Amino acid sequence: MKEYVLKRILSLIPILFIVSLVVFFIIHITPGDPAYVMLGDTATEEQVEELRGQLGLDRPIYEQYFIWIGGIVTGNLGYSYFMDMSVTTALLEHLSPTAALALLAEILAICIGIPFGILAAKKKGSYLDQSLMGFSLLGISIPSFLLALLLILLISVQLQWLPVAGYAPISEGIGMHLKYLILPAISLGVMQAALIARMTRSSMLDVLNENYIKTALSKGAKNRSIVYKHALRNAFLPILTVIGQTFGVLVTGAAVVETVFNIPGLGQLIINSIERRDYSTIQGVILFITFSYVIINLLIDLIYGIIDPRVRLSQK
Amino acid sequence: MDTVRQNVNLTETKNNLKKQQRRLLMRKFLSNKPAVTGLSIMLFLIILSTVGAWLVQYSPLEMDPTSRLEGPSAEHVLGTDNFGRDLLSRVIYGSQVSLIVGFSVALITSVCGMIIGLYASYYKRLDNILMRICDGLMSFPAILLAIAIMAALGPSINNVILALSIVYTPHIARVVRSSGIVVRKQTYIEAIESQGASSTRVIWKRMAPNTLSPLIVQSTFIFANAIIIEAALSFLGAGVPAPQPSWGNILYDGKLVIFNAWWMTVFPGICIILSTLGLNLAGDGLRDIIDPNS
Amino acid sequence: MGDHNFLKVENLSTHFKTERGKVTAVEGITFDLREGEILGIVGESGCGKSVTSQSILRLFDEKHLASHGGRILFKGKNLLELSNSEMEDIRGNEISMIFQDPLSSLNPVFTVGQQITEAILLHQKLSRKEAFNQAIEMLKLTGIPAPEKRINEYPHELSGGMRQRVMIAMALACKPSLLIADEPTTALDVTIQAQILELMLDLKKESNMGIIFITHDLGVVAETCTRVAVMYLGQVVEETDIDSLFEKPLHPYTKGLLKSIPKIDGDRNRKLNEVEGTVPSLNNIPKGCRFSTRCKFADEKCRQQMPELESHNDTHKVRCWHYKEILERGDQFATTSN
Repeated sequence: MKEYVLKRILSLIPILFIVSLVVFFIIHITPGDPAYVMLGDTATEEQVEELRGQLGLDRPIYEQYFIWIGGIVTGNLGYSYFMDMSVTTALLEHLSPTAALALLAEILAICIGIPFGILAAKKKGSYLDQSLMGFSLLGISIPSFLLALLLILLISVQLQWLPVAGYAPISEGIGMHLKYLILPAISLGVMQAALIARMTRSSMLDVLNENYIKTALSKGAKNRSIVYKHALRNAFLPILTVIGQTFGVLVTGAAVVETVFNIPGLGQLIINSIERRDYSTIQGVILFITFSYVIINLLIDLIYGIIDPRVRLSQK
Repeated sequence: MDTVRQNVNLTETKNNLKKQQRRLLMRKFLSNKPAVTGLSIMLFLIILSTVGAWLVQYSPLEMDPTSRLEGPSAEHVLGTDNFGRDLLSRVIYGSQVSLIVGFSVALITSVCGMIIGLYASYYKRLDNILMRICDGLMSFPAILLAIAIMAALGPSINNVILALSIVYTPHIARVVRSSGIVVRKQTYIEAIESQGASSTRVIWKRMAPNTLSPLIVQSTFIFANAIIIEAALSFLGAGVPAPQPSWGNILYDGKLVIFNAWWMTVFPGICIILSTLGLNLAGDGLRDIIDPNS
Repeated sequence: MGDHNFLKVENLSTHFKTERGKVTAVEGITFDLREGEILGIVGESGCGKSVTSQSILRLFDEKHLASHGGRILFKGKNLLELSNSEMEDIRGNEISMIFQDPLSSLNPVFTVGQQITEAILLHQKLSRKEAFNQAIEMLKLTGIPAPEKRINEYPHELSGGMRQRVMIAMALACKPSLLIADEPTTALDVTIQAQILELMLDLKKESNMGIIFITHDLGVVAETCTRVAVMYLGQVVEETDIDSLFEKPLHPYTKGLLKSIPKIDGDRNRKLNEVEGTVPSLNNIPKGCRFSTRCKFADEKCRQQMPELESHNDTHKVRCWHYKEILERGDQFATTSN
C-alpha cells in the first residue's frame, strides 16, 4: 500500500508541472504587452515600465517562471495591484462560500445519484428505470447556470419562497446559511446527480452480470446482500471516479453559479479579475482550483486502493 | 483466368458484405429511438437557424426604444429585450452561433485528437510525452481552462472555438489512443507489418477506421459540452461579445431583468436544453448502436 | 445404489425473454440421478449444458429473464415450485455449484476466507470465529498448502488451480448432497485438470454426494461418470449408463461424438470430424428432429416430426425415430432410407 501511495504521488509531478506551465503562459499569450493591457489606454509610458518591473516582465521568460513557481511553492500566489493585497489573502477571503456551495452540491448529488442509479439497475427496463434515466438525461443537458436562472424565476420570483440572490455566512446561523445556499446547490448538484446516477446504473448492471454474482446466488445469498454487498462494492470504483470528476466540475461550476446568485466566492473573484485584467489573481485562482482538483482525484485514487485489492497489489 | 474470376468474385462478395453491413447498421440506427429523436432535434435546430433566420422580419441588432421588454405578442412572437430588440430573431441568430461553435469544436477536436491519438498509440515514446500533456490539460476542470484561455485571448467567437478546441482535444486523443492500442496489438497488424507495410499505411488504413466509431460518439458529447460552455462563457461576459446575439449573452441580459421579463430567460434556455438534450440523446443512441455489449 | 427419488428432472424447459420475444434455450431435458452417482452431461458448446445446470438451481432472474417448464424433483420436492426463500435455503446448502472460470467466479474484492465463511454462515448457526475455522478446515481438505495464510488472500493472488480448489471448498462447505460442476476443469492446465478431478472424486467418496458433471470432454466422462446424458441443441438426445454409452450408443449424434475422440492406436487416416456440418443456431432450429440437418440417416419423417425421448430399456433412453432400424441394419439403413 505504501508503494502504491508513493507511486501515485510521484505520478502527479509531471501533471502539476504541465498545469503550472499552462497557467504561467496564460499571461504571455495575451496579445500585446500585458502590463499595457492591465493599465489600459490612459497609462503613461513610465507607469507601464514600472508595472513591467514589478511583474518581472523585463526578465527572461524562464527566469520569470522560476521566480513565479518559487513563490507558489512557498504559498505566495502573487500580488494583485488592483485589490492591493496578496492573491493568497484574496483567495482565502473568497474560498469559504465556494467550498460550502460545492460541498453541499456534492452531498446532494451523491445522496440522490447513487440510490437512484441502484434502483434503476435493479428494475432495469421497467417504467421506473426509464423515467429515472429520462430525468437524468435531462439533468445532464441543463447547464447549472441555466437551471439556476430557471429556479430563480420559478421559486424566487413567482413563488417567492427563497431569496433571489445573496449569501449569508455560516456564522449567521445554519438556517440562514442554507436558505441562501440551497438553490445554488440544487442548480449545481442536479447535473452531477444525473451523472452519478447514470454511472451507478451502468456500473451496477455490468457487475450484476459478472460470474461471481452467480456464485453468490448459488451459495444461497439473499438478494439484498447480493446487490448491496457483492455488487455495490465492485460497482463503486467507477462511481468513485465520477464523483472525483464531479468535484472539479462543482468547484468551477460553483464559480459560474455564484455570479448568478451574487455569492462572493472564487467565481466572482475570477470574473471580476477578468474584467479588470488582473492576471496575477486569475493565475492564482486557476492554479489553486486545479491543484485542489488534482489532489481530490489523488485522494479518490487512494480510496480506490483501499476498496479494490487488485489496484493496490498490482503496483507491487 | 480462373484466379482472375475468383478475385472478381471475392471483391463482389466483399462489396456485398459491406452493403449488407451498411444495411444492418441503418436498420439498427432506425430502430434506436434515442438516436433518431436526438438527430431529429438537431436537424430541427439546424433548419431553424438557417431557414428561420431568412424568415424573421426583424434584424437581431435593430433596437426599438419604444417597444422595450414587451411580452410575447403577434408582433414579436417571443417578445422583445431590454433594448427593444426582437427576441425571436436574437434567439435564431444566437442558435447559429451556438451550432457553429459546437460543430467547429467537434470537428477540430476530432481531427487534432485523431492525429495525436493515432500517433501516440503507434509510437510508444511519443505516447509518453503526448499523454502527459493530455493528462495535464485534462486535469483542469473544462470550464476553468476555457475561462483562463478566454481571459488571455479576449472575447470573440473565434477565440471561443480555439479555447474549447484546446480544452477538448485531449479527450478525443485519449479515446482514439485507447482503441488504437487495441488494434495495434492485434495479430493481423503484426502480419501486414512483417510483409513490409509502412507505418503511415498501418496507421491510416488499418488503425484509423477502427477508432472512428468511439470517436464519433465522443465528439457528439463534445458538441453538446461545447454548446454548454460557450453559453456559460458568454453568460459570464467572456465568450461571444455583445451586441452579437448568443444564447449565453441573451441570458445575461435576461438576468438583469428577470423580475419583469421571464421570456428572456425561458426561450433561450429552452433552446440550450433542446440542443444539448438532442446531442446527448444522439450520443447515447450511437454508443448503443456501436457497442455490441449493450 | 441409493434412493430413486434423489433427483429426477422431467421434461425441463427454460425460456428466455428477449427483445425479439420468448426464446427457448433448452427443452425436453429429462434425466435422473441417484444418491452417490455421478451423471455426466455432455455436448458441444452452446447445446444448453450450462443453462440446464443453472436452471436446476434456478440461478436465472425469473422476474425479468427466464421462465421454466417441466419438473425438477429433488428428494421429492419440485424445486420449480419452491418460494425464493426456500430456494435460498437449498442453494449452497443442499445443492452447490462449481463454475467454469474460477477467477471470474470469485468476488475480487473479498478475501478467500470471507467468501467461504459467508457460505457457511448463510446456512449454519455458527459464530464468525467457528465459521472461519471451518473454512480453514475446508481449504485443508482441498489440499491447499498453508491454508491459514491463503485464507486471508484475495482470489487474484492465487493460481488457477488453487482458485478452483477454493471454489470447491466453498461449494462443499455445507456438505451438500448434490454438487453441480459446470466444466470445472476447462479453464485449467492439463496437469491441474487431473489433480482437480482426482480431488473431486476423493471428496465424493467420503461424502457420498451426487454429482452432475458438465463437460464437453468424453475422456473425462469415461473416467469419472456412472451415467451420461448427451445433449444436442437444447435437448437431451440420449441418456444411459456409462458402459452402454461407450459400447452400445444408439443416437447417431452420440456415435459421431464417440468416433471423433482421437485414439493414439487408431487408424491415423480415419477422419476425425465424423459429425458433418455445423450446429444450427438457436433461432434457426430445425422443425423436426434437431439433428436431422446433420444426420446421414435422416428422412422426411425426421425433418417434419420431433421424436420423443423413448426408453430402449430400463436404463437407456434415446430420442431418434430410427434407432431400432439403425441398430439392426447399421449403415445400410442410410442408403435405403434416402
